[in-house]
Amino acid sequence: MSYQIKNYKNSLRWLTDAVSLSTGKKYLMGFTGFFLIMFLMVHLFGNMLLLKHDGGLAFNAYSKSLLTNVLIRVIEIFLFAGFILHIIFGITVSIQNKNARGKQYAVKSNITSSFFSRHMIETGSFILIFLLIHLKTFFYAHRIMDSNLTMYESVVMAFQNIYYTGFYVFIMILLSFHLMHGFQSAFQSFGLNHNKYSPLIKIIGLFYAVVVPGLFALIPFYIYMEKITLQ
Amino acid sequence: MEITLKIWRQGSQESKKAKGAFETYKLNDIQEDMSFLEMLDVLNEKLLHEGFEPVAFSHDCREGICGSCGVVINGRAHGPLKGITTCQLHMRHLKKFTTLVIEPWRAKAFPVIKDLVVDRSAFDRILQAGGYISVNTGGVPDANSILIGKHIADEAFVAASCIGCGACVAACPNASANLFVSAKISHLALLPQGQPEKHHRVESILKAMDKEGFGNCSNAGACEYECPKGITLKNIAKLNREYFEAVFSASLEEHPTHAHHGKGDESMHVGH
Repeated sequence: MSYQIKNYKNSLRWLTDAVSLSTGKKYLMGFTGFFLIMFLMVHLFGNMLLLKHDGGLAFNAYSKSLLTNVLIRVIEIFLFAGFILHIIFGITVSIQNKNARGKQYAVKSNITSSFFSRHMIETGSFILIFLLIHLKTFFYAHRIMDSNLTMYESVVMAFQNIYYTGFYVFIMILLSFHLMHGFQSAFQSFGLNHNKYSPLIKIIGLFYAVVVPGLFALIPFYIYMEKITLQ
Repeated sequence: MEITLKIWRQGSQESKKAKGAFETYKLNDIQEDMSFLEMLDVLNEKLLHEGFEPVAFSHDCREGICGSCGVVINGRAHGPLKGITTCQLHMRHLKKFTTLVIEPWRAKAFPVIKDLVVDRSAFDRILQAGGYISVNTGGVPDANSILIGKHIADEAFVAASCIGCGACVAACPNASANLFVSAKISHLALLPQGQPEKHHRVESILKAMDKEGFGNCSNAGACEYECPKGITLKNIAKLNREYFEAVFSASLEEHPTHAHHGKGDESMHVGH
């Protein structure tokens, strides 16, 4: 390993070296995870426009502004990079961790660690499947293909399918599980663990893990109810 | 009290029993004031009398300070009680169980030598990579020549109370050695004597840890829960901060491949 950087080709070497060690991977998981947590909130703010009783007027205007904004194009690259790194490193560390145990215990204890922390790869895998379907329904149709439908029509159509809605709500529950551990875990990974503020981080984390997926899951119900009342 | 034991029996690599399997034993005359290890002693006496091979298990001080003993009892490292080693566990603590499943520490980095005995030399190699400070030999320095705040000394002392038993690795869902490593990193990084080498230490010790095949820390907290000496996750947070600092602010000479410590006779390593 040499840190004598002679040309710009090697200028990221220190960083790739840093994330090759386990603690570096942990920082990367925490960093990308926290970035995605922030994204979730922004995404939710946008989705909340669906709760406006205006036949999707505000929501369509908002989604159109996202599609035409240059700044969003740039952030989109970082968002994809964040997702991809989080997924690749998540899978990598999970495989390494499974291998590190070797032979499994005949009797396993469930009380020494939380259910959520032990099943991050399972909840994460389901969220990944959802992400791909979600991208196909909305991102691919509108951002890549230029669909004839408005974004609001797409949303309503998707949620009219009971299976899509059921899967959506199921994933929001798993997302809640993922965040139950993920939110507070990110801070521990950054080395932020202190009697002063750690209890607050844990409370905010639990609140976030319940409220954000909860509000996401509320939207299909609202649209369904709105449809009934309009008829 | 009567107790049924399911104990992992495994021979050495070359032997016929290299794969390992559980064997069941029944003991009828166990007193509840016996320690868990004394109960195993009784079992081994019985096995010897009957002409069978006794169960191999590690033990040394039997007073909770050496870190030799350590088995997983019904899924719990050092048994179901918090804050003690296996030798401090007594049969009265296990009254609610009729069957005890006894397994060795399970980790790729801790291969089974025999039955319940595992090879923990991976910990030694990690400490050799950075669990020391380098000082010049000479007269004994005056006790108060380096001033250390009481709260810092206390914190370092708590971190230094790690006995290297390996329960953190055994309990961790990922078989990670982060708690063990972080105790050493914290202990030495807190004290002025450990600070000159702290950047180099954290990198080389983490490299050694990864090389041994331990898992990655996922902040599950099982290590903290099972540690007989009360080492907390705060130490792992400190390890993470130390690594962050080493990556972003250590000078080029401080990185492991550039560092040239311990050359010549004037320097010696003071172990953990």
